[in-house]
Amino acid sequence: MLRTFAKGGVHPPENKFSAHETIQDLPVEGTVAIPLSMHLGTPAKAVVQKGDEVKTGQLIARGNGFVSANIHSPVSGKVLKIDTSLNATGYKREAIFITIEGDEWDASIDRSDTLIKECKLKPAEIIQKINDAGIVGLGGATFPSHVKLTLPRGKKAEYLIINGVECEPYLTSDHRLMMEKSEELLVGIHILQKALQVDKTIIGIENNKSDAIARLSKFADGCPDIRVQPLKVKYPQGGEKQLIKAILNREVPSGGLPVDVGVVVFNVGTAFAVYEAVQKNKPLFERVVTVTGKSLAKTANFKVRLGTPVKNLIDAVGGQPEDTGKIVNGGPMMGKALSTPEIAITKGSSGILLIPENESKRKITEPCIRCSKCITVCPMGLEPYLLMVLGQKSHFERMENEKVMDCIECGSCSYTCPSNRPLLDYIRLGKSEVAKIIRSRKK
Amino acid sequence: MNKLITVSPSPHVHSGQSVEKLMYGVIIAMLPALAVSIYFFGLGALYVTLLSVVSCLLFEYLIQAYILKVPTRISDGSAIVTGVLLAFNLPSSLPPHIIVLGALVSIGIGKMTFGGLGNNPFNPALVGRVFLLLSFPTRMTKYPIAKGFDTPLLISAKNLDAATGPTPLGLIKEGLKSGESIASIFSQHDITYGDFFMGSIGGSLGEIAAFALILGLVYMLIRKIITWHIPASILGTIFVFGGLLWIFSLEGHTFLLNKFSLHVPYIQYMDDTLGYKIPFHMADPVFHILTGGVLLGAIFMATDYVTSPMTTRGMWIYGIGIGVITLIIRVFGAYPEGVSFAILIMNGFVPLINRYIKPKRFGEEVSHG
Amino acid sequence: MNSVIIYTILSLSGLGVAAAVILYFVAQKFKVIEDPRIDQVEEALPAANCGGCGFPGCRNFAEACVKANDFEGLYCPVGGNETMSVVASILGRDAVEQDPRVAVLLCNGSCDARPKTNQYDGAATCSIASALYGGDTDCQYGCLGFGDCVEVCNFDALVMNPVTGLPEVNDANCTACGACVKACPKDLFELRKRAKKDRKIYVACRNEDKGGPAKKSCQVACIGCSKCFKVCPFDAITMNNNLAFIDSDLCRLCRKCVPECPTNSILEIGFPPRKDKNEDSENASGEPAADGEKETISEKTNHNKEE
Repeated sequence: MLRTFAKGGVHPPENKFSAHETIQDLPVEGTVAIPLSMHLGTPAKAVVQKGDEVKTGQLIARGNGFVSANIHSPVSGKVLKIDTSLNATGYKREAIFITIEGDEWDASIDRSDTLIKECKLKPAEIIQKINDAGIVGLGGATFPSHVKLTLPRGKKAEYLIINGVECEPYLTSDHRLMMEKSEELLVGIHILQKALQVDKTIIGIENNKSDAIARLSKFADGCPDIRVQPLKVKYPQGGEKQLIKAILNREVPSGGLPVDVGVVVFNVGTAFAVYEAVQKNKPLFERVVTVTGKSLAKTANFKVRLGTPVKNLIDAVGGQPEDTGKIVNGGPMMGKALSTPEIAITKGSSGILLIPENESKRKITEPCIRCSKCITVCPMGLEPYLLMVLGQKSHFERMENEKVMDCIECGSCSYTCPSNRPLLDYIRLGKSEVAKIIRSRKK
Repeated sequence: MNKLITVSPSPHVHSGQSVEKLMYGVIIAMLPALAVSIYFFGLGALYVTLLSVVSCLLFEYLIQAYILKVPTRISDGSAIVTGVLLAFNLPSSLPPHIIVLGALVSIGIGKMTFGGLGNNPFNPALVGRVFLLLSFPTRMTKYPIAKGFDTPLLISAKNLDAATGPTPLGLIKEGLKSGESIASIFSQHDITYGDFFMGSIGGSLGEIAAFALILGLVYMLIRKIITWHIPASILGTIFVFGGLLWIFSLEGHTFLLNKFSLHVPYIQYMDDTLGYKIPFHMADPVFHILTGGVLLGAIFMATDYVTSPMTTRGMWIYGIGIGVITLIIRVFGAYPEGVSFAILIMNGFVPLINRYIKPKRFGEEVSHG
Repeated sequence: MNSVIIYTILSLSGLGVAAAVILYFVAQKFKVIEDPRIDQVEEALPAANCGGCGFPGCRNFAEACVKANDFEGLYCPVGGNETMSVVASILGRDAVEQDPRVAVLLCNGSCDARPKTNQYDGAATCSIASALYGGDTDCQYGCLGFGDCVEVCNFDALVMNPVTGLPEVNDANCTACGACVKACPKDLFELRKRAKKDRKIYVACRNEDKGGPAKKSCQVACIGCSKCFKVCPFDAITMNNNLAFIDSDLCRLCRKCVPECPTNSILEIGFPPRKDKNEDSENASGEPAADGEKETISEKTNHNKEE
């Protein structure tokens, strides 16, 4: 019996078309626009100005405050301007524009392929190095990793869980990383273990990636502190609360953090980035992005420099199909639809999904038939039908009482609703209004 | 590309589930019971069902188009389900004008006055059925004797008593009134449990064949149209609570004494000390499950989405309530059958249940594995 | 039989009397003593319970007025100066006055002027669309057209125009309660000072992009060229982030800025039509217009001196 989380969840079709496409480098030329905020928390502050020459990997913006992240140039060239640019938030935000000239890397970066296993740094030094390298959670949440590694006073971690689940349909970037960079991944995991001062790691992988499970199990065989846990395929298993419940049967308390149950969770992509940052002095300026979709002749997993326009990735797989209805940054359940392919790839872009026109439009919203399927599938035990009605009537205080802030926005409710009701739209509205209420209460 | 890109909030994919699929699934689940009713009651059963369905559809269309003036949606199948369920509660020889009236009340009062699909607190088919029962008590309680395709389609008022036969529950109620014991009623009328299961008994269209209804239940469970909680809680309550009641009834007491030499202490005390004989008779719980509208109610009526609770905890309370009220009406009340009233009463409690019974939230109690 | 009737009458009457007595004592014991002036003030209020004063309901506003020492921060926009003077006389204080205001939508990006560059398929409310992205046009500041403002208006003062895709304010009904200001996620509504004959001059734009992108996204966008700013004789116009803004408290409705705007972003409402741009200076010096409604600059200056 494979383990999984008990409550809720759905089974969208997996469509992992690109599961066997090896990671390819995607070079970029012309001009790139690097947003000053590719992470949760305060936007970074630029430390370069118009006319400056920059090298690949050079620091171009410094994190502003504790919950923030550094940004490094993904290309070498000259800073064109610092101006607003439309980014994945849907709005124009400050970005550093760089005209690309060649690809000269910062001298401190070790570009060799040799695997470096030993890490002699102390935990605090590791965390500082991760901070310097601008590493954020690459599973999509983009939470600054050094903040996650700095445990709140009085809390200790018992387990490190590595999230290799990739429960979103279509996306395969984590899968390929696990297949192609397995040893580097394990070193990255050891580094994270050291930083957290834990001695037990569990890598959670869904059962549809049996080759990755086999491969990582083989490499982890020699490490008594790491084990691989295969998991039943169910969405949203990759949500950290659901993952911890599936693997360790512990429930993170409402409003709490995983460290409250002694666990810290990191995505495989982040673990790999940690390896590169700590062992190779390579800051975070590129990531693996899946390009996929039913109408594409071929799909791919590209290693992309941040700031590359999405258009480049689509062109590299043969151009945008005629019948493209939506361009989604991420997976189909939680990804964000883009209004134009000119938008840049950021730290949180795990995939680009092209959805055909005939699957792009929602059906007409019908009245709620009170079938309670939304409650059955909600992994957090909420009542989406009720939250939507409360959102429509702006009863935000009652939404707070109904635990709307526990919602992880996985989309299972809207996915399931037979009446095609936009449940998650109103839940998100409720969450932002309740967040405002909570902030004004604290003052 | 002359088409503009579409932008909308996530999720960008849908399960494909729809109201139509669910409703038509329920209709398919009801087909075995319909087939059995035609087998026993002939074409009359088919006509009653068809007339009920057509009337429900027609009234829904007319009310939506001309009174409420909203876009008409009769193709979602919910009116058809109401029509079939209403028909299942009727005798096969019911005159057409009564059927049409029942459909009007079901759809017009039971569903549309509250705002249409999704807004009605009471099960529309039951609203129609109870209305007809109270308005036409003789017609609604006279069930034709099953003669297959020879069963008369319409029975005139003159022939009513001659051509109709009793239901098992009716027999028990009447028999007990005239002082007989349940065992003698059973043997007199040659009633066996096999008959209840297969359907060769008197009753309305939908309630006769237990096995056909259970087939429908299995189908709906496999297709995930309903969950097991409501049927399980209703049938479980009838069995358990019915069993407890039965132990204190004369029949139960006698059975336990004879089979297991077991004296139920309470009865002993009442018997010896007070010289007070337990006043009620009651058939055993298995009988109660297999006869009357319990299976129909537990499987199709109480599981109606709109009028049942939203959480599984709430469904248990709902089911237990229905079971208890049904048995009390059947054993101690004036009516032989109590399921319809029980479901309608519990429907009234559903908004309260939904308001205060919440699902178990993730992270409510911190658990360590 | 008679005794039955007598007993019935006696027992029911007794019950009735007992109930009345109990109710009387309970009413006395649980009586809430309130300042009677609160009722009086509440009487004078328009009973719209719209929240425009900042209080939940007219009664709460009445309480606040009675409890406070002066009218600092207390004003009923729906009732206006009339109502406040009545309230002031009830409470024996000096009346406060505010200039009457009206809600104005600072956007004229209709479907014609502002082409759509993508299709929105989410729930049709402004708050949800605005949380997702900048909108289905290239102007991320402009009106989304889903009518959250229309929904929230208690006074039937807003109607969505299906052709332009923009809400229109009915000046007669608008009480400047501020509900639309709070409801609009793009902050497009402003409560501007009312003028004679409901005339208005305002920059119907909130676009802060530089001129090029602004104009590309909407034909009537403000491109921040500052021509209006340079020509305003009363310093009523300020420039910020490529956007001009006309302060309704300083503007004298002289109409000088309107023809200066190269994109027609400044709207003048309620004025007679201009004959020709060239003739404007002549008109301004004193010739009455054919319809007799026009107010010349000199007249206006005299008028202002009299006030």
